[in-house]
Amino acid sequence: MNRRADFPLLAANPGLHYLDSAATSQKPRVVLDAMRGYYERDNANPHRGAYDLSARATERYHDARVTVARFLGVADMDCLIFTRGTTEALNLVATAWGRANVGAGDEIVVTALEHHANFVPWQQLALATGAVFHVCPLTDDHHVDLAALRALVTARTKVVAFNHVSNALGTVNPVREIAAIARGVGALVVCDGAQAAPHLQVGFDALDVDFYAFSGHKMCGPMGIGGLVGRRPILEAMPPYQFGGDMIEFVRDDHSTWNVLPHKFEAGTPNVADAVGLAAACDYLDGIGMDAVLEHERALVRLATERLNGIEGLRVYGPKPSERSGVVSFTMEGVHPHDLATILDQEGVCIRAGHHCAQPLMRRLNVTSTARASFYVYSDESDVDALVRALEKAKALFAEPVG
Amino acid sequence: MSDLQDLYQSIILDHNRRPRNYGALDEATSRAEGRNPLCGDEVAVELKVEHDAIADVRFTASGCAVSRAAASIMTQAVKGKSVTEAGHLFSQFHDLVTGKLKPTPDEARKLGEMAAFSGVARFPVRVKCASMPWHTLQAALRKEPPAP
Repeated sequence: MNRRADFPLLAANPGLHYLDSAATSQKPRVVLDAMRGYYERDNANPHRGAYDLSARATERYHDARVTVARFLGVADMDCLIFTRGTTEALNLVATAWGRANVGAGDEIVVTALEHHANFVPWQQLALATGAVFHVCPLTDDHHVDLAALRALVTARTKVVAFNHVSNALGTVNPVREIAAIARGVGALVVCDGAQAAPHLQVGFDALDVDFYAFSGHKMCGPMGIGGLVGRRPILEAMPPYQFGGDMIEFVRDDHSTWNVLPHKFEAGTPNVADAVGLAAACDYLDGIGMDAVLEHERALVRLATERLNGIEGLRVYGPKPSERSGVVSFTMEGVHPHDLATILDQEGVCIRAGHHCAQPLMRRLNVTSTARASFYVYSDESDVDALVRALEKAKALFAEPVG
Repeated sequence: MSDLQDLYQSIILDHNRRPRNYGALDEATSRAEGRNPLCGDEVAVELKVEHDAIADVRFTASGCAVSRAAASIMTQAVKGKSVTEAGHLFSQFHDLVTGKLKPTPDEARKLGEMAAFSGVARFPVRVKCASMPWHTLQAALRKEPPAP
């Protein structure tokens, strides 16, 4: 089914093959309309005005949270904190929970598959507190090595942080199994869902993790909004992350008390328009159905992997297509990923080249960078055709006899 | 010539495939490393400076064709030149890849193989690839102990 027509940027550029949705997705018209509609009809500062317009803004913000919580399978919607995105959500946990609960000699475990946003905050927490920082290795087929993880966690492990889906390889991790290993030693379970929420049914309540972070802009929503879902007892026991308006209850000269969830973690004027846009994005994806989204992407990944494997000198990284979301990471012998990206761009094919904010993973793959094509709801076979055509062209250009 | 062929001229592809002055330099007097944090590309430049001139220079790199070729051609261009001349070549090269210098045929002849980088100007995101080896060379020169 051709969904390009739903996306104004794609509809206006028929020759564009946008294969960088893992970096950010394009936005459907319904999302843009929802945000514009909010500003044109309902805009005011929520939570404080004693007038009808502010009450409407408050209601829109509340409704957005209801929609997003339902989309992610969160029954207790006050445990969904809106943040700027995954990065802020993970920093919130590492800072607010971490500083209060991690000390010298404690251990933190992350995996070698992590994006820097789920690696560096924990590394820095360890450096600041004197905790020991461990990186769980991968298996040869680029899955988290669960046997190694079992051996790595101890009674001193305070946090196990890992992604649901790898941004660099598309690997879908067995969240419940990893969570069970972490639970076995009483560690906090933190899951980076930035690359999962756009592509599959999250079902937070059934995942058995303590925290789940996600970004709106990768799932058809606007940039600048995302969230953190946490378990209520932990969120209530945690100190706040930032201080200011909205998050307080009473401010005395010598101390303050905090508002209830979710406001305790949402200091300052909330990002209502983007929350409204994100809710519209959730409705849009629900209209397709997340199972259909994943199936659509996997079919394209299967096709792309097959076609790419047919190009001599091309190497595809990561597990088999049935074990990933819509990402194909690859290198071409003799042509650096940056050169590939430039050449492909000339053919209207947008891919990502680089370390994908996953330098620890690149080191383990023994590459400095890879090229990455990523698919989404609006991608189709013509994008795969264009990718393969452009790769053949790059290969030919670099194979020309020189000197 | 298309923009792409202009960027990937055969001189650049050749230096990418067979980089000159590649590897470690014995008796280097100075060394610097450059990194592009956006892509993780790295280049290392080693120098031997004698009497305020670059007596020898070698490099190693892990990066794209543009950065490898730029490093390779740079080592050929600056070898034997005074430190001041090398600085002058860098500013010419920088003007070339940023599009400020549009060389006449005569100027292009003087630039030699460096002129092959004129196509970079039409690919703004690649300017950094071409200029990183030169910045690294400058860093290595700055580390050089002052002449006695």
